[in-house]
Amino acid sequence: MLTVTWLVIALPLLGFVVLVATGRRLGEPWAGWLATAMVSASFLVAIGLYLDLLGIKAPVRSYSENLWTWLDVGGLNLHAGLYVDPLSMTMVLFVTGVSALIHLYSIGYMHGDKDFAKFFLYLNLFVASMLILVLGSNMVMTFIGWEGVGTCSYWLVSFWFERNTAAVAGKKAFLYNRLGDVGFMLAMFLTFENFHSLDYSTIFARVDSVSSLNITVICLLLVVAVMGKSAQIPLFPWLADAMEGPTPVSALIHAATMVTAGVYLLCRVHPLLHASPTASLVVAIMGAVTAFVGATIACAQQDIKKVLAYSTISQLGYMFLAIGCGAYTAAIFLMVAHAFFKALLFLGSGSVIHGLHGEQDLKRMGNLRQYMPITFITFAIGWLAIAAVPPLSGFWAKGDILDNAFAARPVLWGIGVFTAALTAYYMSRLTSLAFFGSDRWGQKHPVDPDPWAHHAEVGEQRAPVESPLVMTLPLWILAFFAATAGLLATSGNFSLSAWVDPVFGSSLFSNHLPAGDLWVLGLLDTVVALGGVALGIWLWVSRTDRPALEIPFLRNAWYVNEAYDTLLGRPSTRLAHFSAEEVDLKVIDGAVNSLAGLVRGAGRIVAKTQTGYLRNYALAMVGGVVLILAFMVTRMWWG
Amino acid sequence: MTHLAATASTIHLPHVNYVSILPILIMMGGALLLLLLSSLLRRIISTGVCTAITVMTSAAAAVAAIVQWDQVLANGAQTTIAGAVAYDGFSVLIQLLVPLALGLTALVADGYLKREGVVGGEFQVLAMASASGAMVMGAANDLIVVFLGLEILSIALYVLAAFNHRRAESGEAALKYFVLGSVSSAIFLYGIALMYGATGSTNLAKMAEFLARRAVLSNGLLLAAMALLLVGFAFKVSAVPFHMWSPDVYQGSPSPVSGFMASVAKAGAFAALLRVFVSSLATQRLGWQPVIWVLAALSLLVGAIVALNQQDVKRMLAYSSINHAGFILLGVDAADARGISSALYYLVTYTIMVIGTFAVVTVIAGRQDRATGLLEFRGLARRQPVLALALAILLLGQAGAPFTTGFLAKFNVIEAVVLTHGYTLAVIAMVSAAVAAFFYLRVALTMFSPVGEFGDGPDDDVPLDPAALVGAATPGAASGVTTVPPRAWSAAMPGIDELADAPPSEVVEARGKVPVPPATWVVIGFCALFTVVFGIYPAPLVDFAQHATLLFI
Repeated sequence: MLTVTWLVIALPLLGFVVLVATGRRLGEPWAGWLATAMVSASFLVAIGLYLDLLGIKAPVRSYSENLWTWLDVGGLNLHAGLYVDPLSMTMVLFVTGVSALIHLYSIGYMHGDKDFAKFFLYLNLFVASMLILVLGSNMVMTFIGWEGVGTCSYWLVSFWFERNTAAVAGKKAFLYNRLGDVGFMLAMFLTFENFHSLDYSTIFARVDSVSSLNITVICLLLVVAVMGKSAQIPLFPWLADAMEGPTPVSALIHAATMVTAGVYLLCRVHPLLHASPTASLVVAIMGAVTAFVGATIACAQQDIKKVLAYSTISQLGYMFLAIGCGAYTAAIFLMVAHAFFKALLFLGSGSVIHGLHGEQDLKRMGNLRQYMPITFITFAIGWLAIAAVPPLSGFWAKGDILDNAFAARPVLWGIGVFTAALTAYYMSRLTSLAFFGSDRWGQKHPVDPDPWAHHAEVGEQRAPVESPLVMTLPLWILAFFAATAGLLATSGNFSLSAWVDPVFGSSLFSNHLPAGDLWVLGLLDTVVALGGVALGIWLWVSRTDRPALEIPFLRNAWYVNEAYDTLLGRPSTRLAHFSAEEVDLKVIDGAVNSLAGLVRGAGRIVAKTQTGYLRNYALAMVGGVVLILAFMVTRMWWG
Repeated sequence: MTHLAATASTIHLPHVNYVSILPILIMMGGALLLLLLSSLLRRIISTGVCTAITVMTSAAAAVAAIVQWDQVLANGAQTTIAGAVAYDGFSVLIQLLVPLALGLTALVADGYLKREGVVGGEFQVLAMASASGAMVMGAANDLIVVFLGLEILSIALYVLAAFNHRRAESGEAALKYFVLGSVSSAIFLYGIALMYGATGSTNLAKMAEFLARRAVLSNGLLLAAMALLLVGFAFKVSAVPFHMWSPDVYQGSPSPVSGFMASVAKAGAFAALLRVFVSSLATQRLGWQPVIWVLAALSLLVGAIVALNQQDVKRMLAYSSINHAGFILLGVDAADARGISSALYYLVTYTIMVIGTFAVVTVIAGRQDRATGLLEFRGLARRQPVLALALAILLLGQAGAPFTTGFLAKFNVIEAVVLTHGYTLAVIAMVSAAVAAFFYLRVALTMFSPVGEFGDGPDDDVPLDPAALVGAATPGAASGVTTVPPRAWSAAMPGIDELADAPPSEVVEARGKVPVPPATWVVIGFCALFTVVFGIYPAPLVDFAQHATLLFI
């Protein structure tokens, strides 16, 4: 079975190709079903691979395969190689599984869109790129996937590009990602310079022979890449704007195919991180600060998807905190649990938006539990899971990270616990505003509308309706896993740590907290979570307007966008204008045009010898003969 | 052969290893069979049957070549038939490549001949004969046999060039090709004579042996012989300055024939050139390498630069093929195993791309090959997206874009030159590739730009704007290569200022979909897929070229 690993990538890719060729003809809903079938088949293959991998009893279960060689020059070997180990296997399983559900959901959500087939074509390519990223056995493969998800996210975020905001958001996502990509490329160059290879296995085998300074620089460059892709401080603003895409896209980006790439990459290169304590510390601090900042911003957002977006940024921060503490398994654990509950929350919010005909402003919702019971029940599971209320998955995953942080970096643990309270609070605020309280969706501007949120068209204020089965079915499935993913924390042969730990081996931070401490920490987490939930409900169930808690500083996301705009945006726009109007037009175009003119002029002169007369051609030939003979004469005398 | 003459009183027939010349025999046999059939049968044989016979003959020859390949790999390379024929991986590759090219050409020609209403099997007979000539050149291990192959190849090609007798340009192209070709043949033959004088043999192995024993560096006879042989080859591969014929001939000939000429004739000539110079005259490298250097540099530059100004796609492709010849000459210049395999790889990929490209041109050109101006391609992507996509792939491949076979082809020859420290030539090659990319992309852009709106401002001389270069050329583009108006082609090239407000061409807007016969679809699809698939997964093709080594090196 492992020999057909390539099928996992090939199936969604095939879906993409088929949809490119025939998508328009297939139309709705067949294009959607085809795409869903391809990703589902990929998921089934992944399960087969998983069972095979379980059968391998080596210290590190793994399988690698070189599909073919692209290029082999001057010591640079570029292979299309695949590498399957418990780490990549875990990624493949939840990427394909969650993506399949999101595909299914999209069939309902995108109903009636004029570019229905195109949407699924992008989705399939998105998933295929992510799988290339995950399964690649070398940095180049990872980079191809890395760029692939970047490009697909650009297309999908700006899918409704007729809306200016969507087009701008797509560009923004692309630019921030490009900034990160520069880091990735530089890291690759440096890696090749120092390790003379880009294959992970070779790199890791040579870690000891490379100076720690070089490894630190490589790691920090990779961290820059991760900042872009996983929306960490300071490159996080794009993720909030990426909400402009259709909601399934948000779910895909947040849960399965995009932002987790950064977490995966850092886990993949764990031997390098392990060899560089400095880089690990940077990652931990970046994670903790991002978690905190993201959570504070989420507290004051009014657009339902924006809250979730900042919440993702914050949760990713937790994962990087874990990685920075050497607790890779904990990071993976939260990533998997987060994939379930965040996909659930996004799809649930999509269901809400769908039911409210496009309304996204929390303050114009309310009491939806009466109208959308399934959405409410499933959403509530997601809400309590992310708030880390026991015994749902979030409690175990986040608790795992916090325990490790407590043992490794106590200061950052403090930030983490405070952020956990904030998380419980803002999610409760969201749920209270959307599903409890009074019906506000029918009224005209009950409170000041969020200028950034999308609103339903005027006259669209019909009663909300529950979504169709294709949309609620994925909600149920995801809710089930969001509730039960905590079982992965059990000790035993099928626990996550028994499965993934061998991959990290000695890089893994081993925390030896006494059982008593663990109980106390767990209790503390529970109190914090319940306290946050209670506070959120108490403050927001009956009131929709508390300006003291929604200060502009947080509503505007710490003014990071404005800061970028002032510090970078405007100067570079001016620079761009200068370049375009002065440098490009006069200097570069001038040079290029005169060079082109020169070349073309030369061409014209040469073309003039092409008279069409046979005798001239023969003359030219004879001339050539004479010249070559003359040269030979020189060879004879002076050669 | 020559040693036979000495003992002429009793004729010793050399032992003939028939397997070593089996593909050639099949090809010639196919030609003769078809000729016989068409003269014996009372009814005219339909074009379809002729095509079928040609394709089957090509397939049989290719299968024979595969059998040969196994034999060579198993038994090693050798010479046969009294040392006149080389039987090595290199020759087998040519025996495989040429039938492939012929089969593809026959499929394209099928649609062409039906469209032009040409009946009878002569076209296919000539094509098969010509192909067998190229195959002889690929296997020849004696200058006389090289010459034999050259003539078999050329004479049939002269007739093929003239094949569309309803077009004056076709006849004119053939006449030019014939006259100049005869001159070059004469020069080549004189070179053989001088070589015999200098080394006492025309057999390549014996020449090499003689030259290795006696280090003759200042032998005037030998140097002159090499000069004249080089001229002969340079003419056939249309290297500058012996290229003058090719734009006129490519343009005047029927489009499938142009494709055949660009691929098969070049493959045969390059095969012989590589064998004669890189293998047999390896010791005389100091004498011939500088000449190859200059030929390569000139071909690279002139081919790329002059192609920029062409308004006629066939003519542009002629210059592009001159440019390609320059690239293949890089491999000759490197003159080592890597150079040979890179040149062969280039030949294989280029053959497929150029036949595919000319197949698209054949269908676009329409009756009488009239519509070959750049303007005719305008808006093709909207009318026939798949056709446009295929042509775009083939052109990108020729431009050397990554993930096409063309990229690795260019990469390999340049690498071969760099490894022999030919840095200047490598730089020239890269610059010319950059210039060449422009005119390939120009066609691609033209296809993908909408019909009817261009020339909307004085900015039209921005280099990458096809609109600046199209237009106003339509009258000239159709009025053929006639000897009466000199400078017919350069005259058709308008100044940039005249173009600034050129009106949209109505001719173009009136065009509908061009019919593409199924057989031609097969060829276009095959060539485009080949270009992409082996661009992404090049290993088998590269291996093949690396195993196709020369007997002596």
